[in-house]
Amino acid sequence: MQLEYFQLIDRIVDLNLGDKTITVEAQVPQTHTIFEGHFPGFPIMPGVLLTEAMAQSSGWLLLGVMKFERMPFLAMVKEAKMRGFVSPGQLLTIEAKIEHEGSGFAVTSAKARVGTELKCSAELTFRHIPFPDPKLRVYMDAMANKIGFPLQAIAQ
Amino acid sequence: MSSTFDTVANIIAETCDIEREKITPDSHAIDDLGIDSLDFLDIAFAIDKAFGIKMPLEKWTQEVNDGKATTEQYFVLKNLADRIDELVAAKNASAGTAS
Repeated sequence: MQLEYFQLIDRIVDLNLGDKTITVEAQVPQTHTIFEGHFPGFPIMPGVLLTEAMAQSSGWLLLGVMKFERMPFLAMVKEAKMRGFVSPGQLLTIEAKIEHEGSGFAVTSAKARVGTELKCSAELTFRHIPFPDPKLRVYMDAMANKIGFPLQAIAQ
Repeated sequence: MSSTFDTVANIIAETCDIEREKITPDSHAIDDLGIDSLDFLDIAFAIDKAFGIKMPLEKWTQEVNDGKATTEQYFVLKNLADRIDELVAAKNASAGTAS
């Protein structure tokens, strides 16, 4: 995770465009200023960042399904449940699945675990639009490369 | 068996917390019921699921923006119900062709 840049996903472990599922990993940093305030003596990942991590996981899945032709933007968060504390240094494994592909929007479900323990889950709705700026597309390509997005999967 | 309009009206009532009695076939989803674009996403999701279709919202929006259609054609609920019936019929016809 590079929290300063809001980059929460470290690597894509599995992308299945047939089943419309993705599994990613996100390494929570051992130290960060966020943990100094949240909370002193009891550092835990804020729920909003866990929700964002589930959203970014879903976003990569949607990018793959849409072959990087459109960019998803988070529009709605439902049933966000923080089921357990996530501490500095823990490795999150996040799974997301597309529940519905609408016209200009998509709905996903996502779950994050530490080991086998379910830590949070949510249902997320995204609007998607053609890339609004070429710079964003270049940036997403670079990020895809960085986190090991299997570009061959969308070439099929 | 409930009508398409009844199903849509029930979805709107539940999604947007609008009294069911206030939702009539002549209600305009935006002008009369005040449904915003985000709530309409929720409604579209529920309608797509309920009828097993994919409402072409982007195409409809484009047609309105281009002046080729009015919002009434898509967002007055009796007209929306007609559009849904057309989509369901097209889906069933295509399923019949495929089998």
